Amino acid sequence: MPSLKFTRREFLKLGAASAALAGAGCAPPAERIVPYANQPENALPGVPRFYASAASFVGGAEGMLIEANTGRPTKVEGNPAHPGSLGATSVQGQAAVLQLWDPERSKAPRRGGQPATRDALARELNDALGSLRAGEGVRVLIDGSTSPTLARQLELLGKRFPAARVHRWDPLEPVARREGGRLAFGRPLEPLVRLEEAGAILDLDSRFLEDHPFRLNYARQYARGREVRGGRMSRLYVFESAPSLAGAVADHRYAMPAHDIESWLVEGDRRQKAILEDLKKNRGVILAGESLSPQAHARVHRLNGELGASVSYVPPAQIDALPLPPLVEDMRAGRVKLLLILEGNPAYDAPADLAFAEALAAVPLSVHLSLYFDETSARSTWHVPATHFMEHWSDARAFDGTAAIVQPVIAPLYDGVSPHEMVSLVLQESRRGYDIVRETWRDIDWPAALRSGVVPESASRTVKVAPRSVDMPRAAPREGWSVRFVPDQSVLDGRFANNAWLQELPRSESKITWDNAALLSPASAKTLGVAVDDMLEISLGERRLLAPVWLVPGHADGTVTLALGYGRTHAGSVGNGVGFNAFLLRTSTSLWKAHGVSLRKAPGHHGFATTQNHARMEGRDLARHVRLEELVKKGKAWDEETPRHSLYKEWPYEGYRWAMVVSLNNCVGCNACTIACQAENNIPVVGREEVIAGREMHWIRVDRYYQQHDYGEVTLFQPVPCMHCENAPCEYVCPVEAAVHDSEGLNLQVYNRCVGTRFCSQNCPYKVRRFNFLQYSSHDENLKAQKNPEVTVRRRGVMEKCTYCVQRIQRARIEAEKANRRIADGEVITACQAACPTGAIVFGDLNDPGSAVNRAKRSPLEYDLLAELNTRPRTSYEGRVLNRNPDLHE
Amino acid sequence: MPQVFHPPLLLGLKLALAAVVLVATALWLLVYKALPAHSGPLTPQQPIPFSHKHHAGDDGIDCRYCHYSVETSAFAGIPSNEVCLTCHSQLFNDAATLEPLRDSARTGRPIAWVRVHDLPDFVFFNHSIHVAKGVGCVECHGRVDRMPRIERVASLEMQWCLGCHRDPVPRLRPPEKVFDMASQPPRDPKARAALVARLHLLPTRHMTDCSTCHR
Repeated sequence: MPSLKFTRREFLKLGAASAALAGAGCAPPAERIVPYANQPENALPGVPRFYASAASFVGGAEGMLIEANTGRPTKVEGNPAHPGSLGATSVQGQAAVLQLWDPERSKAPRRGGQPATRDALARELNDALGSLRAGEGVRVLIDGSTSPTLARQLELLGKRFPAARVHRWDPLEPVARREGGRLAFGRPLEPLVRLEEAGAILDLDSRFLEDHPFRLNYARQYARGREVRGGRMSRLYVFESAPSLAGAVADHRYAMPAHDIESWLVEGDRRQKAILEDLKKNRGVILAGESLSPQAHARVHRLNGELGASVSYVPPAQIDALPLPPLVEDMRAGRVKLLLILEGNPAYDAPADLAFAEALAAVPLSVHLSLYFDETSARSTWHVPATHFMEHWSDARAFDGTAAIVQPVIAPLYDGVSPHEMVSLVLQESRRGYDIVRETWRDIDWPAALRSGVVPESASRTVKVAPRSVDMPRAAPREGWSVRFVPDQSVLDGRFANNAWLQELPRSESKITWDNAALLSPASAKTLGVAVDDMLEISLGERRLLAPVWLVPGHADGTVTLALGYGRTHAGSVGNGVGFNAFLLRTSTSLWKAHGVSLRKAPGHHGFATTQNHARMEGRDLARHVRLEELVKKGKAWDEETPRHSLYKEWPYEGYRWAMVVSLNNCVGCNACTIACQAENNIPVVGREEVIAGREMHWIRVDRYYQQHDYGEVTLFQPVPCMHCENAPCEYVCPVEAAVHDSEGLNLQVYNRCVGTRFCSQNCPYKVRRFNFLQYSSHDENLKAQKNPEVTVRRRGVMEKCTYCVQRIQRARIEAEKANRRIADGEVITACQAACPTGAIVFGDLNDPGSAVNRAKRSPLEYDLLAELNTRPRTSYEGRVLNRNPDLHE
Repeated sequence: MPQVFHPPLLLGLKLALAAVVLVATALWLLVYKALPAHSGPLTPQQPIPFSHKHHAGDDGIDCRYCHYSVETSAFAGIPSNEVCLTCHSQLFNDAATLEPLRDSARTGRPIAWVRVHDLPDFVFFNHSIHVAKGVGCVECHGRVDRMPRIERVASLEMQWCLGCHRDPVPRLRPPEKVFDMASQPPRDPKARAALVARLHLLPTRHMTDCSTCHR
């Protein structure tokens, strides 16, 4: 080792230099301000702008207002003017903004998996189309698109290439509903129901609160019908073969395999008589779902006609096209020379018996337009990155036909094209997306349509038709196990598999995250000798599938429910290898249910990541409900009055007094609040392992409880945000005053004071505080762009929790103060409240006697959670009202 | 072996150690006070040596000509090329110092100015409400009209913010005087009372709530 020898002088020089460097290192890094080079007109940095748009997730458009902060889309709000939204958003609508910023989206075209250019694609397409006369051998495969512009373009394509054919594959397509319409009316009409006018609803496995294209509208209407007016409210009967949200909130829930529902409809019993009687008396309506046969749908149409239900009929909003099977036949026979796949992922989600992926290999030139380089892209000749709906011009129809213009909020992040531009490329005209969409809507007030988010008077004309009577075959009694396929509540058919917000969103009933499961009833599990976490072998014919078991109380016996959309191999780092692929069992004849399944316990175990591990309330009155007759008789719902003790004088809240009421009567457990809060408040995802460790970060969770009563089992959903207690237990124990109260009653968490002792969380009886055990917030540049600039991004070691969206309160306050007025009621809408499809969350100022929150607080159903602790929560609840039919004694 | 540390030497050593600790603390405090963390450099070099003294002072251009969103947004606004070029397409249009501006106009690439007033990311300051409630530019930014090169005159520490939030009235002026660098807040108690009535101020209890600035 060489000797290190300094002279005194050298030593001092080095010492001074290192001190100077250390000093310089401590100086904060210089931040840059980068103004616009050329400022767009009316741009106002620091003030978010909202752009009306729309997107389809389950077959019908949902209107949105997309919030952009200096050009970055950061949040989605519902569009109150749009019938598919009515101001609410779905979980997918909220998560769409994360999909936009997903760093794993496809960024460049590829040929045979290798990077290629769009020019090369255009050349190859031109050569192919030149050699195929009249488009012989040209096929286009579309997804469940509702775009009138795409329909117009495809018509144009048909004229240019008369031999070309357009097919459609949408894994969520309501085939039975449309076929039922065809049987009853001679064309594929779909029922559009005025749910709020119905005094009683009979839901036959329709899943109208989660899988229906009009789910947000229906949820709002349903909630209106549930309001107790003059001692009356609507009544909901649900027959379900798989757990559904409607089933959980139903007054009468009957779980049975799908074919039993159908035979019940044909054969009838004493129960049916009573239900139909009730429907007749109360202008009831019947909804039928996809697990029923078309004949059953036709029968339901007929019954609705007899009941005088307020139902009208509309043509499907989706583009009409040929089905998938003939296309696959042609592909296999070598009759398809050029296949253009416009979004969708058929190599993953097409019926297993068609073996689409195999057939795709026989097509000499296939072009797949897709947001991700997915299973289908990997097997196509060409993959072309698609633009996200927030990046392109398009249009979409809601379930009732109302059209909305889809406008871009940001320039394409990558080298993507829209479906319209893709078709335009095939038509060899290469027009811009804007021009193509504009041409479809030449005759409307374009700026007004963009501003409001709907094209006025574009709804389909409802058809008044009398249904024909259709014979419904008496179903043969069936033995053995059934399987029921359902779209996953979060990732649907798998297109959102790479979306971490949706993966980590606990499914309403099972509370499972990052997984799907074979859902069984406890009785079925006993028969099979399996328990939670055991593996189950499900075989249907020659197809076999291994799935871990999860038990759901109230699940139908003799049937297993499998959620689609999992077991992806090309989804991205978030979605790959999560769960099992139920599409492997799904065939073109058994799209939603199958019979003759054999179930067998298989070796192995699985660990689920769930967020709620106990389903009973153990005698405490956390989520309350009351029966309508009791409420009417007593005039109040709860017996005891909570005593309020204090040694201290009341604090005078002079300005505003913020408070929230969550109505369990309206809540349907859809989770929209949880994910809206996540988007608004920069809440990170933690991943599967951390969820298992109980470290999920959601500021508002939806608890689910089962309660056994002599009148049956009741399922209750209870959204739990921070209660903002006036006597907040968290505040006493914080050693650094990071948990403090403000003068308007908000219980604050001051991040820059917090040192992470976690005493507050320990002392919180509601367990709503969340701790950043690790650095959960991503430093990825893309994901940073999604963040709400109005909310601090928390770092490791900091406690956080619901703030009542204090940033929204402050924004409203600043605007009000500038105008020298008070904040008006309804001016501050929290993120959860805005997203809620049923209006279950009310927020406002208690000091304003006329405010909506004051009205809600006066409701006889109102109660405080754990009131006996004397925490005096600002967030309170309205209990659920159960409207049981007294003629049904079970 | 003889004793190495005699009591007088020991005392001397102790005193010397204490002195070193004291000097280090004093030096650290000095540096800390001069450079409060995260408030930005005091007067950095900018891409263009823009003189507020010349524009706001000598030429008398209103603050809002360039800082266009100060009354409507949290962010006061930094002018885009067009605003600069309103004059500078004619005046000093070939000056060497304006090369970054011309370059930006040519390429569309914006000029990256160095932030002088930099608050930590967990602080949410809103210009528009301060301006609306009579806080003059000069209160925080100093006599910008006398600064050839912009410099930070306030510490921007929480203590400093609270000084005003606890007792705002002596620092407020009528809204029409907010952009007037030379104006003074009224001293006369009657004028102050009239001003307070006119501005509809929030109770100071709320203005010192954590949630007012931290979210």
